[in-house]
Amino acid sequence: MFMSSIILGIMALVAINSFNYNLVKDIDAQTKSVLGADIMVEGNKPLPEHLQVYLDSIAEDQASQFEFFSMSYIPSTEGTQFTRIKAIDGGFPYYGNLVTDPPQSKDSYKVENTALVDDALMFEHELTVGDSIRLGKQMYAIGGRLMSSFGSVSLGAGFAPSVYISQESLTETELIQPGSLVEYKYFVKTPEGFDREKWDNSAERMKPFREQSFRVRTVEDQKRSLNRAFSFLNSFLNLVALVALLLGCIGVASSVFIYIKSKIPSIAVLRCLGMKGNQAFLVYFLQIMVLGFIGVLIGAALGSLLQVVLPILLKDVLPYEVKLSISWKAIFQGLTIGTLVTGLFALVPLLAIRLVSPLRTLRSSFDEDLAPKDPLKWMAYIGIVLSLFLFLFTLTGELRTAGLFTAGLLAAFLLLYLLSNLMMWAVKKFFPSGWSFVFRQGLANLYRPNNQTRTLIVSIGLGTAILTILFIIQGLILSNVNSMDAGNQPNMILYGIESEQVDDISKLTESKDMPVVQKVPIVTMKLAGWKGKTKEEWIRDTTRRAERWVMHREARVTYRDTLESDEPIVAGEFIGVANPGDSIFISLDKSWAESLDVWLGDELVWNVQGALITTYVSSIREIEFRSMRTRFFILFPNGVLEEAPQFHVLVTKSPNNQVMGEYRRAVVKAYPNVSVVDLGSILATLSDILSKISYVIKFMAGFSILTGLIVLISSLLLSKYQRIRESVLLRTIGAKSHQILKINAIEYAILGSLSALTGILIAIVGSYLIATSELDLEFNIDWLPIVAIFVFIVSLTVMIGLFNTKEVLQRSPLEVLRKEVG
Amino acid sequence: MSKILVAKKISKVYNSGSKSLSVLKDINFELEAGQSLSIIGPSGSGKTTLLGLCAGLDKPTSGELILCGETINNKTENEKAELRNAKVGFIFQNFQLIPTLTALENVMIPLELLGRSEAKTVSKDLLGRVGLGERMDHYPSQLSGGEQQRVSIARAFSNTPQILFADEPTGNLDEETGLSIETLLFDLNKEEKTTLVIVTHDMELAMKTDRKIRLKGGRIISDEYSSIDHSIEAGQ
Repeated sequence: MFMSSIILGIMALVAINSFNYNLVKDIDAQTKSVLGADIMVEGNKPLPEHLQVYLDSIAEDQASQFEFFSMSYIPSTEGTQFTRIKAIDGGFPYYGNLVTDPPQSKDSYKVENTALVDDALMFEHELTVGDSIRLGKQMYAIGGRLMSSFGSVSLGAGFAPSVYISQESLTETELIQPGSLVEYKYFVKTPEGFDREKWDNSAERMKPFREQSFRVRTVEDQKRSLNRAFSFLNSFLNLVALVALLLGCIGVASSVFIYIKSKIPSIAVLRCLGMKGNQAFLVYFLQIMVLGFIGVLIGAALGSLLQVVLPILLKDVLPYEVKLSISWKAIFQGLTIGTLVTGLFALVPLLAIRLVSPLRTLRSSFDEDLAPKDPLKWMAYIGIVLSLFLFLFTLTGELRTAGLFTAGLLAAFLLLYLLSNLMMWAVKKFFPSGWSFVFRQGLANLYRPNNQTRTLIVSIGLGTAILTILFIIQGLILSNVNSMDAGNQPNMILYGIESEQVDDISKLTESKDMPVVQKVPIVTMKLAGWKGKTKEEWIRDTTRRAERWVMHREARVTYRDTLESDEPIVAGEFIGVANPGDSIFISLDKSWAESLDVWLGDELVWNVQGALITTYVSSIREIEFRSMRTRFFILFPNGVLEEAPQFHVLVTKSPNNQVMGEYRRAVVKAYPNVSVVDLGSILATLSDILSKISYVIKFMAGFSILTGLIVLISSLLLSKYQRIRESVLLRTIGAKSHQILKINAIEYAILGSLSALTGILIAIVGSYLIATSELDLEFNIDWLPIVAIFVFIVSLTVMIGLFNTKEVLQRSPLEVLRKEVG
Repeated sequence: MSKILVAKKISKVYNSGSKSLSVLKDINFELEAGQSLSIIGPSGSGKTTLLGLCAGLDKPTSGELILCGETINNKTENEKAELRNAKVGFIFQNFQLIPTLTALENVMIPLELLGRSEAKTVSKDLLGRVGLGERMDHYPSQLSGGEQQRVSIARAFSNTPQILFADEPTGNLDEETGLSIETLLFDLNKEEKTTLVIVTHDMELAMKTDRKIRLKGGRIISDEYSSIDHSIEAGQ
């Protein structure tokens, strides 16, 4: 029991940490190939000449990629597909590889004006190399099958497979029109000896790019952002490892407690013969530490082997394959933490050895071995809390999170402890004297001397709470995503519609008996200034509180005279129409306004395609992002932007896949510039990816569950020595099997129910706090798994409790009496 | 008088791996109701094993045991438990009180198992008779050895057993306390007209019983009646 707790806890810790370290190492090693170049400059317009000249001055070689989403049309099947088009010019990628079939097509497509098409798309439409695909107005021969590309995670590739074409042929497609959403990326290969890091950190050099709303990424940037992107995964896996380790620690304490309890008579004899309390303590402490260290070693070895499995499980959510290697850092960490926590958690029961009285050889007593006022024991408790806090701090790197988590665990522990005391008091106070003997006996076992009520309620309760939190959070993430797909939600979005196409496309939509759920004009603009200062002045202002992304990002704005139901006003008044000559009042999303540090009445100046428009904030909305509709941080009134260059988005819902297919084909054929996004298939892909993530979550949570079970068993075995003696004596005096079983079943059922129930309540409060404050998820609970957890924990407790009793019932009383009692 | 305990050709063999140890061999005796019997013999002679078999706590390897008129060889554990609860009482050398129950609760158990509503009254009365009226709410660990054995005696008599088995009842007690326990045991035995089977090393105690069976090497080597002027040699 002791060894299994340590082995499982350390195994989880080492496996997860090894995986994390390997991931970070691989991110470092492979970032260049993910970025494909040394420096990338990206924006949503072509690079101005002066910036191009600057890039020329530092580049050894350059390439560019225009990337956008568009529908592609497959003539052979008359099928359509939403695709990510990448129009390439130059020798990109400089690092990493496009893997194509045939291999030479990765270069030849640029000169032959053919297309490289994603393998998944070709497979789905049964295409072969040499078949045709139409992008906009241009027909391409498929020059090669794109087997894998760098930097694209399967998630994105799932709903918009990539098609590579040459930039030279892009004009022929006529897909890029004013208002089209295109990402312009410029790749630079720097010469040997160029100091990227210094260049990246030089604000002066970055400034001209930022002024023009271009982002600059270097390999170092990419490393940081990839690390950030996987920090959530890291945090979750760390949490799982921590849970497994914590449960393992409880297991260590419980099993050492059982062991020491069985050794107390021998210790008493040794004390009688003259051994000092501290000597006796050392004898067992060393024994436990040696055993513990062997357990830690086995755990670390198994954990290193187990991390082979993690990359296989996670391969669909990682941008590249994580290479397997032994992480000595993780192993060292596992060995250190494992030995430390084994020592600390074993110390609590071991310290009691010092106080075992030699008098025990003459008379046994039930209340002297656990002296509550042993100061060393309290120091051990403080040591445990401190080491928990430090461990959490090293995991999260945040004092606040580590403090909150430690406080949460302590609060849960205290609550369970108080509750167990309350229950014992209540059972004793309101004891049902009129009930039958077995019921009274079962109930009385809860408060009688040597009862296990506190130990079992605390350990089962904590275990249940931690496991239930994992389940609830996992369920919340999944249900929040699935809710987007529910009921009458729209399932298609058309974007890139030009103003003159809006009415025709609306008619086409209605002719297919599909509703036009939303028809929204979009005008792109940039912030030129606010609160009386220009953007440039704000940039120079060191006291500014506005966040960089709000200042620089191009805003996509709409205008209308009404509000939607899912964007309630939280401050001010919405003004839907601006008459000529009037001041223009706009409405802002609350989080956006807070990010720019503006509020009601503040002035904002916009650059709309060269024309400056001054506006004032008249209302603040809180947008709810829960249904498939378009939403806008910035909302203009009618009467201002009607004549500005704009494109439109149309949201609709198709009743089934057949209508969806027909409609999509009709739109793409007649309006090649319009993109149709099938939200249903995106949701399907998302849900597929999520189910894989959830599998990983379950797999990892499995560790915790397994450790939790071991802890549960060891906690219950603690009570075995007490209950077996009672049961044998009852048997000798004449109790029948069913009476003994009932007595035990009642005791364990009450303990199991109360601890599972409290654990679940703690989990609900805990996951509510995590969901609302950390993950920003709508909180709701699927009760079925919760009920299942409750039933499972209670049944398991009763089953293990009864299993303890089975020994008494199967063997003759004399045999057991001699063994256990005599 | 009726026979309350009959042992016919009883043997008991313990198997330990490939070795077997014969603890009792060909034990035959009969015990009349109301008699008191002591089983004596050196350590390892099989006294406690014989007592356990007679009380239905263990199964003989061969032979037949009739307790209170019922053959117990083929009874299930539950049937034997029922028989013990209704007709048998026990006293052990190391008292075997349930440590988590008070003195009163320990005495009440046999009656509670029988579902008797007057469990508490009867038990209080019994504890009073053994001199522990003031210590009914104490736990075993709060009582001295002699006091624990008194509780044990009160428990043994609580279900008014037809037969009472006592395994070295004074073995863990000093002479004075032992004597008082013996007196109590025989007084209650007389009052309740219970058959008494005592395993003991103590010859003085054995002399107080109606009959003495002496064991050696798992066999009965003598069977003597104190009050009747004859003795039966083993095997006759």
